[in-house]
Amino acid sequence: MSIPRPKPERFRLRRTMMFMNAQKPGLIKDAYIYGADSIMLDLEDAVAENQKDSARFSLYHALKEIDYGNTEVIVRINGLDTPHWKEDIRVCVAGGCDGIRIAKTESAHDVQVVDAAVTEAEKEFGVEVGRTLLMAALESPKGVLNAVEICQASPRLFGVALSGGDYRKCMQVKVIPGGIEMLFARGFMLNAARAAGIQCFDTVFTNLNDDEGFRAEVKQNVEMGFDGKSLINPKQIQIVHEMLAPTQKEIAEAEKIVRAFREHASEGVGVFTLDNGKMIDIAFVPGAERVIKLAKASGIYEGDL
Amino acid sequence: MELKAVGTAGTLESSDVMITLEPRDSGGIDLTLESSVLNQYGRQIKAEVLASLERLGVKNAKVIVNDHGALDCTIKARVECAFYRGCGCDMDGRFDWGGVIR
Amino acid sequence: MKNAVGREIPKEALAVELKNGRKYEPYHGKGYRDGKYIKKAGPTSRIYQKPQESKLLPSIRDAIIATGLKDGMTVSFHHHFRDGDYIVNMVMKEIVDLGIKDITIAASSLGSAHDPIADYIEQGIVTGIQTSGIRGRMGDVVSHGKLKTPAILRSHGGRVRAIEEGDVHIDVAFIGAPTSDEYGNARAVGGKSDCGVLGYPVVDSEYADKVVVITDTLVPYPNFPPSIHGINVDYVVKVDEIGNPKKIASAAARMTQNPRDLMMAENTAKVMAATPWFKDGFSFQTGAGGPSLAVNRFLEPLMDEKGIKMAWAIGGITGPICELQRKGKVGKIIDVQDFDVAAIEDIRTNPNHFEMTASEYANPANKGAFVNKLDFVVLAALEVDIDFNVNVITGSDGVLRGAPGGHPDTAEGAKCCVIVTPLTRGRMATICEHVVTVTTPGDCVDVVVTDYGTAVNPARKDIIEALDKAGIKHVPIKELQEKAYSLVGKPDDLQWKDKVVAILEARDGTILDVVREIKPYEN
Repeated sequence: MSIPRPKPERFRLRRTMMFMNAQKPGLIKDAYIYGADSIMLDLEDAVAENQKDSARFSLYHALKEIDYGNTEVIVRINGLDTPHWKEDIRVCVAGGCDGIRIAKTESAHDVQVVDAAVTEAEKEFGVEVGRTLLMAALESPKGVLNAVEICQASPRLFGVALSGGDYRKCMQVKVIPGGIEMLFARGFMLNAARAAGIQCFDTVFTNLNDDEGFRAEVKQNVEMGFDGKSLINPKQIQIVHEMLAPTQKEIAEAEKIVRAFREHASEGVGVFTLDNGKMIDIAFVPGAERVIKLAKASGIYEGDL
Repeated sequence: MELKAVGTAGTLESSDVMITLEPRDSGGIDLTLESSVLNQYGRQIKAEVLASLERLGVKNAKVIVNDHGALDCTIKARVECAFYRGCGCDMDGRFDWGGVIR
Repeated sequence: MKNAVGREIPKEALAVELKNGRKYEPYHGKGYRDGKYIKKAGPTSRIYQKPQESKLLPSIRDAIIATGLKDGMTVSFHHHFRDGDYIVNMVMKEIVDLGIKDITIAASSLGSAHDPIADYIEQGIVTGIQTSGIRGRMGDVVSHGKLKTPAILRSHGGRVRAIEEGDVHIDVAFIGAPTSDEYGNARAVGGKSDCGVLGYPVVDSEYADKVVVITDTLVPYPNFPPSIHGINVDYVVKVDEIGNPKKIASAAARMTQNPRDLMMAENTAKVMAATPWFKDGFSFQTGAGGPSLAVNRFLEPLMDEKGIKMAWAIGGITGPICELQRKGKVGKIIDVQDFDVAAIEDIRTNPNHFEMTASEYANPANKGAFVNKLDFVVLAALEVDIDFNVNVITGSDGVLRGAPGGHPDTAEGAKCCVIVTPLTRGRMATICEHVVTVTTPGDCVDVVVTDYGTAVNPARKDIIEALDKAGIKHVPIKELQEKAYSLVGKPDDLQWKDKVVAILEARDGTILDVVREIKPYEN
């Protein structure tokens, strides 16, 4: 039995990316039921050093036999400074995961090394070359400072994510409400990602008992422009989805733009004015389409676009 | 690839299965099965374990299966892991994904 | 003969003799005996016209002798002490030591604290078991055909009906009580091992020929207001300990942190809120299991949003509902059993937290129990099948290990009965084609909430309409079952021998299902 998975879409909606230990059968068998956009099966930190082999066998059969439906399946592989990552890549590609999260990325070279190994594995296992996507986790000041080159390192790369735990250790700072300690990393990484036209994801929030703190951080993520967030517990998913959902006013505006653009485009007009006097050109369209997509994913869109 | 020593994989947690493979020279497969879902799935668990062993080319072994409700994908994963551990393989070596592991 | 839930009820089960000569019938469907009459079976009660100073006897043994307990008689117990109970084992040991045999135990429930009874069953001393719950070694030996007569398993309400109707006659009731005076006025609070309420053995005290109260805390006469009234009690015995307080009153039931349970609980609360009965003054019961208990937490914001309050809550009571009441969200709590220290503490001090009897709670044959006015009940299940039949008694190995409890009573009575259960547990498909044993009939079950989606009984068009209107997704239950089998595989049928080892009574005293002796698995 093998469940076919559609070709991964490089720029799909990724509001929530939830970590799951690939070694735990009870977790991976149906991690999708909580509604995260992506799940990240973890071969790295969650798996003990002497169980790396066992986790790969679990992962392989889970990828082959569990129907994850529309949920994106990403695998976090072990760092390039370990003996495990090469075989991790082989099993990911052989199993047909949608994407690989590169831990502790510090340079464009790191991404390219993984890219090459993925290409090799795709050829070995008869997988369409280029099918397997990549995302890079920045976990150190060096990684953050090299974000510009990292973000442009591979056509497989759909996004970068910040990994706060290690980064804070390097910076010798604690978690501060309000996130002043992460302000530069977040802001710089976002700029690097947007400059390269890829997505950007914020780090996990680990205090599961602090709902208020979590909401505050998500609010800040939204305001700063993150596409989504890494999560460690399913109960965080709905909160992120709610807070990322567009308002009815935003949806109405987006609808107007998309509709008007379609009408004018068929008449060959590129720039036009909305009824509220706002000038619209093609540059507004992707944003508006994104709003509609978000509204649909949030279950609050009732229109027909 | 040959089973040289006792190989074990898996845990006794719910939804998992612990597999122990012990090599022997002859006598075929001697399978002992304990399961929390023995009456309803014993037959299927046994079949899954035997099929995996056959793919891996194990002809003679003592096999102990201690199951706590594992799905087929977990059963296969644990049998394979126990086997390669019993063979003394490098855990980061190149495995036959999609070949005997399937 | 097939009954109304499609179960084949064998002749040997229908032929089982009841004490009053009533003939067993197969289950006919919801509300079958409504409007019919019963003649209540009164006890033979000794006259105590000459004043006596005290009913105290020195030991359980003396009490047994004084009651005149003989071979072939029926003794009864209650389960308020749960896994901490010492009474059943203490009394049964004395009965066995006295050489009395062929005993039937008619308990409100039995649990894992009563493993020694399994030995008496195997020795042929205990020959009949009538109970709600059967677990541990006792469940094992009964499932393996060691009990001489089929065990009779009843709901809490069904038990009261059976006693009042005379299906079972209790010769001697042994009632453990946290406190008693020398005349047998017994209460559930004030002793070493409080259990909060004593709602289940009230019917025993009223219908048994002889009644013995056993306590470890004697208090001055009169111990008022009593749960068990001294006027119904023949003898009182003081022992060192009636039970293990730690297991009688478990630590406060904690809200689950399991994300799966929380998700199901939230969806259950949303289903409730979408129905027409979710309005000011609604009534509610929920179980003490993970997801059922967590429903309390998700109800609160939905009640606030709508600006409504709950008029009353019933059932086995736990801390979370008491807490909701303290916040002013619940009018009254009517309590038949306490599951944790928080509930016990609450009934001691809270004037709007009341004790009720098992008959008031759930008896289908009285003139209207609380369950008949219940709006919502949220219940757990081991299995639910595509006809909405529920099993809470047999495990996936066919062995008895559960209790119908108030499940069938509340399901039939409530306007909206919601079962909340994960789609699979380990490799067991909870939503299946056919449950191993029917313990609550599908015609009483309205909604099933799982981690993979919600299904509504097609007979409840009103609920379907309400959910559709609220935009709550639901799927045919067949779809959930197919998903479950696609995950875990289709289970092999269990293999049974011919012998009927247990009869599952519907609450009205018809037969819902039987359990047969399990065939050992051949490896």
